[in-house]
Amino acid sequence: MDIQIRNIHKQFAGFPALDDVSLAVGSGELIALLGPSGSGKTTLLRIIAGLEFPDRGQILFGGEDMSRRAVRERNIGFVFQHYALFKHMTVLDNIAFGLTVRRRALRPAPAAIRAKALELLELVQLGGLEQRYPHQLSGGQKQRVALARALAIDPRVLLLDEPFGALDAKVRKDLRRWLRELHQQTGYTTVFVTHDQEEALELADRVVIMNRGRIEQVGTVDDVYETPRTPFVFDFLGDSNVLDAEVRGRELRLPGAGEALVTDSIHPAGPVDLYVRPGDLRLAEPGRAGIDVRVTEVQRTGPIVRASADLVANGSVVSIELPHLHHDAPAFRVGAQLRLRMMQFSVYPAARGSQTGPTQTPAREREPGQRGRG
Amino acid sequence: MNQATDHSLLDPPQLPFEPLLQRNAVVTEQPWVRWLLTAAALVFLGFFLLLPLVGVFTEALRHGLGVYWQALTDSDALDAVRLTLLVAAIAVPLNLVFGVAAAWAIAKFEFRGKTLLTTLIDLPFSVSPVVAGLIYVLLFGAQGWFGPWLIAHDLQIIFAVPGIVLATVFVTFPFIARELIPLMQEQGNDDEMAALSLGANGWQCFRYVTLPNIKWGLLYGVLLCNARAMGEFGAVSVVSGHIRGETNTMPLHVEILYNEYNFAAAFAVASLLAGLALVTLVLKSILEARHGGELSTSRRH
Repeated sequence: MDIQIRNIHKQFAGFPALDDVSLAVGSGELIALLGPSGSGKTTLLRIIAGLEFPDRGQILFGGEDMSRRAVRERNIGFVFQHYALFKHMTVLDNIAFGLTVRRRALRPAPAAIRAKALELLELVQLGGLEQRYPHQLSGGQKQRVALARALAIDPRVLLLDEPFGALDAKVRKDLRRWLRELHQQTGYTTVFVTHDQEEALELADRVVIMNRGRIEQVGTVDDVYETPRTPFVFDFLGDSNVLDAEVRGRELRLPGAGEALVTDSIHPAGPVDLYVRPGDLRLAEPGRAGIDVRVTEVQRTGPIVRASADLVANGSVVSIELPHLHHDAPAFRVGAQLRLRMMQFSVYPAARGSQTGPTQTPAREREPGQRGRG
Repeated sequence: MNQATDHSLLDPPQLPFEPLLQRNAVVTEQPWVRWLLTAAALVFLGFFLLLPLVGVFTEALRHGLGVYWQALTDSDALDAVRLTLLVAAIAVPLNLVFGVAAAWAIAKFEFRGKTLLTTLIDLPFSVSPVVAGLIYVLLFGAQGWFGPWLIAHDLQIIFAVPGIVLATVFVTFPFIARELIPLMQEQGNDDEMAALSLGANGWQCFRYVTLPNIKWGLLYGVLLCNARAMGEFGAVSVVSGHIRGETNTMPLHVEILYNEYNFAAAFAVASLLAGLALVTLVLKSILEARHGGELSTSRRH
């Protein structure tokens, strides 16, 4: 069942929680709503569920308008961060709840309900635990029961609110893999909320990145990671260095540095912000192509060598992450003067101190000459 | 293919209880200090609580079981017991409904005037019961606001059973609501929302999810509410009129007997109230011991 979200507005006590949000989720898709706390992602999920109502805008499931329907009429499966299992009921009764409370005309026979619940328990790999109570289960097991309970009503869409947020890292990783497999098996249209970018990138077909009640970017994992449309997306998806740069004519330059980084820039002339990930930087010996830097710090942490360096031209500090094999190549140590090379970077209009200005032209530019080396 | 271990199936279930904390020598005092403090507390308890309790039963049985039994089976005493049971049987269910409704509204919804409502629920605790009784005299007494209308329709509230019920309901109102509000706030809305999302209607949600979640707290509140409803003196005294056999509850009956220097009978009826207190205490302790986790965390009563 596909979901259409059209121009949703929602305010909480004068503060806009969602500001004109539109989104289309395809049937059978697994979508992540990703953003920092307060970005509106949970509000959006709850509006899809019918646990909140929008001030304006529409929600459609398979073309059917759901905007004014109560949660119990939407036939959705909702999984809560803290499981919300009914603690006085056995696992079996929890899973069967959605079927047991149906109107007599729609309710399956008790034997059929039991069979369905047991089948779901097998699906979530907890066969044999049907007589347990929630307090006798681990966190991971509870969340599996919560999922089975949501699936029991054969929901039109499955909605998960930070489903792994309360679990430890190891369990979280396993459950992620398992949820992905389960989704492939069952094919429910699924929307889940997370603030963990790794989780979103690993699980989802498409990622919706939200900030301050707005959608910053929607795309596949590759899209959002490789071509972040806004500085926020770039920053949210990983570490970043921000450098002042300037477009002169059609050339992109760092102030004070000799050669142009790009010679066919699509940006209008003027100052720009250049975003580059520490892992996309390489150090080369003096005399090779690149920008002059002085190494100020080198620290080896396992397979990665982290370094800091100052740009000779203007003193800007950059952090650099190098794979350890790279470490031996140039003789770099604290104080060494080397050349900095950017494997890839993004350019956005200069923020000028304020972060509210809309960014135009999503741009992702690469230096063809420096790709794939190092 | 190398199948990795699924750790989410291996992580251990959480224990339903916390392991006992070991006594920490750092925060423990010298033995003599501990003895002194314990002794002081025990002497105080013995003098102010245990001694009067023992006194009630000793006085009641001073002239033997025969006299005790006679005092209890006296027709006025039996009427007083019956009236007290009747009042409690009306007031407690009413407050059960009001208390659950008020707690539900306050704990699960956001609305204007919520703080005011919370404060109002506490009002009967802060108002002297005598004032509570006087309010009803002012409203429903012969000279009261609704007095002429009531007389015209031949309805009597003050100096009759309805007045006693009203005064009792007022005085015992906070017990159940106060017990449930923190409990329901602590539990939050997730369980209810889960039930609704699974298709339950409002009643099913309350019956199968909310009620089981609060049942022990509710029982606890009912217990305390009942004890107070049966033992209330001040407010009831103002509205009752002390008509023997008609508007005399047990506490009022004790007073009448006492004022008539009929000490044995007064203490015999008083021993019933004391017995009720003891039963309440035992049940309350059992509830706290068995279902402490499902009661609200703040104990005020």
